[in-house]
Amino acid sequence: MMSSTIVQDIIHQHGGDKALLLQVLLAVQDADPQKYLSEESVNEIARILEIPRSRVYSTASFYSEISLQPRGIYLIRVCTNAPCENAGKALVLQAIEKELGIGAGQTTSDGIFTVECVNCLGACYMSPAIKVNDVIYGDLTPEKAVKIIAELRKEYQDGQNTSGSCI
Amino acid sequence: MGKTPLDLVFNIEPNVFVSLEEYLRTGGYAALAKSLSQGAELSLREIINSDLRGRGGAAFPAGKKIEMVRGNAETTRYIICNADEGEPGTFKDRFIMTHIPFQLLEGITIAAYLSGASQGYIYVRHEYPEAQGILIKAINQAEEEGLLGENIFGSGFSFHLELFSGAGSYLCGEETALLSSIEGKKGRPRLKPPYPTQSGLWNKPTLINNVETLANIPKIIEKGASWYRSLGTEDSSGTKLISLSGDIKKRGLIEVPFGISFAEIINDFGGGPKEGRKIKAVNIGGASGVLVPPELLDTPLEYKACAQAGITIGSGAIFVLDDTRSILDNVQNRLKFFLHESCGKCTPCREGLRQADIILDKLIAGQAGVKDVDTLTRYTGAIQEASFCGLGQAAGNTLRSSLTYYREEYLACCQENRKSAGGEDLALMEETA
Ligand SMILES: Cc1cc2nc3c(=O)[nH]c(=O)nc-3n(C[C@H](O)[C@H](O)[C@H](O)COP(=O)(O)O)c2cc1C
Ligand code: SF4
Ligand code: FES
Repeated sequence: MMSSTIVQDIIHQHGGDKALLLQVLLAVQDADPQKYLSEESVNEIARILEIPRSRVYSTASFYSEISLQPRGIYLIRVCTNAPCENAGKALVLQAIEKELGIGAGQTTSDGIFTVECVNCLGACYMSPAIKVNDVIYGDLTPEKAVKIIAELRKEYQDGQNTSGSCI
Repeated sequence: MGKTPLDLVFNIEPNVFVSLEEYLRTGGYAALAKSLSQGAELSLREIINSDLRGRGGAAFPAGKKIEMVRGNAETTRYIICNADEGEPGTFKDRFIMTHIPFQLLEGITIAAYLSGASQGYIYVRHEYPEAQGILIKAINQAEEEGLLGENIFGSGFSFHLELFSGAGSYLCGEETALLSSIEGKKGRPRLKPPYPTQSGLWNKPTLINNVETLANIPKIIEKGASWYRSLGTEDSSGTKLISLSGDIKKRGLIEVPFGISFAEIINDFGGGPKEGRKIKAVNIGGASGVLVPPELLDTPLEYKACAQAGITIGSGAIFVLDDTRSILDNVQNRLKFFLHESCGKCTPCREGLRQADIILDKLIAGQAGVKDVDTLTRYTGAIQEASFCGLGQAAGNTLRSSLTYYREEYLACCQENRKSAGGEDLALMEETA
């Protein structure tokens, strides 16, 4: 859950400008630990910018990079355009779905992984390509994809352990 | 990727980031200084004489567009750099932003000066977070060094530049949809005319250019229009960035002078098809480009020659399909792309693409007949001709090219041409082979 002060700060940084709604939505989503636009955030944005909630929803739902569903810590985006499709995207996606036990558009029950199908990542010189959060991985095979997931799991575990010992 | 001699416009070096320090050391920002000291008229003349054309797809003369904004009586004017790069198979603008950001910033600043804009935006797709990060840093640095902001080089010219993030809509790359998006509305296209040069952002005259177009400008000012023209051909001046992908030995970004043939690009730079394979089709210009059969690959990369051959250079994406690929599968992949990105505003695009997709499903499943191919051909005409904006029109063009050059592959999927017993699909293919 996002605190309403964070939403207020973000809107303030954008000068309270209604026209910058899209930039506000992206920034609020980025700041949310679950990387989505929650109902509370939508209400808060509508209230502060003095626009109807329906307007916020209509803008949010037009753009595919904005999610109205909570997403995992690792957002795995699989490119589905022709260069990646021809280079073996279907098998890579299958391997990822099998490894995580979820389909595209879903989040694992522990909230760690989300898989999404997206358009070209501008990495077609190394297709099939996927992006995990902001990092692109290319020239993938099903085996490499499974290995990446194992590494992410480990990274997550290590993160849990270190933050645990810090307290 | 090799072969290009390093005296072109971009001089690609794959793993080299050109910092501001390095850019200044190698003559960067000399073109802005020159423009400001010789004045806008003379500099604009240089751009017009260079015959630079838009690299975002429509190939509109860049100098003329600047002139149109400059000539407007309204003096509040904007410049927008279109960095939405949504065309599947294209990664040239991403390279410019992540490797030579200051060449782009200098180009935008010169174009702003020439058109008389004092406020600008770079509209970068959200899918490119690293490019956004680099550009934000670069803009800050340029401001600190007095290369952006108030009174640049003491010339009295002030220019402010901001980054605006897209949010995953291919359609927002279309210039009028992009304007709506920046204005905080849904990214839907507007009717043209009025063109953005007359009535653009907030109804003010607006210059909208692609990243590659703008990044050409410093070199043209620095080295002159005749140098620039000498790089290309009589018909098409300068160079083009090409994003090479698909079934070839070497994929990647290359810069080539206009006039080189597609076959040369694919064989000399891409290393040709993989061992033992043959090229079946080449998709030129991304999803909204066309499918080109091998017979046409000797066509030179030139605007006029390509137009005559029915080839759209578009964003300069070249995606190769070898003889293991199914044309129908590839057409369907694009159709799904366009269906997903269609804004639904007009019927030919929204419904036409949906119907086309249904027919393709049937064809691929072996449940369609020759009359379905005829229906698809008819729908294609309607999608091409009656769609409101470039998205629907381009989707139609791509369908049309596949139906023109690969009709036999469509027919081979039809029930009439499949052997009923044993599911052998080869009857017609053998006939036409
Ligand atoms: C559906 C659609 C998507 C487009 N996407 C882009 C894009 O991502 N980048 C771009 O520069 N131009 C894109 N264009 C072309 C722009 O509308 C416009 O022509 C271009 O930005 C003008 O710049 P230029 O004259 O420098 O080419 C697109 C056009 C259409 C119809
Ligand atoms: S052609 Fe497609 S994308 Fe363009 S306005 Fe019509 S429905 Fe929207
Ligand atoms: S098509 Fe997948 S990264 Fe471009």
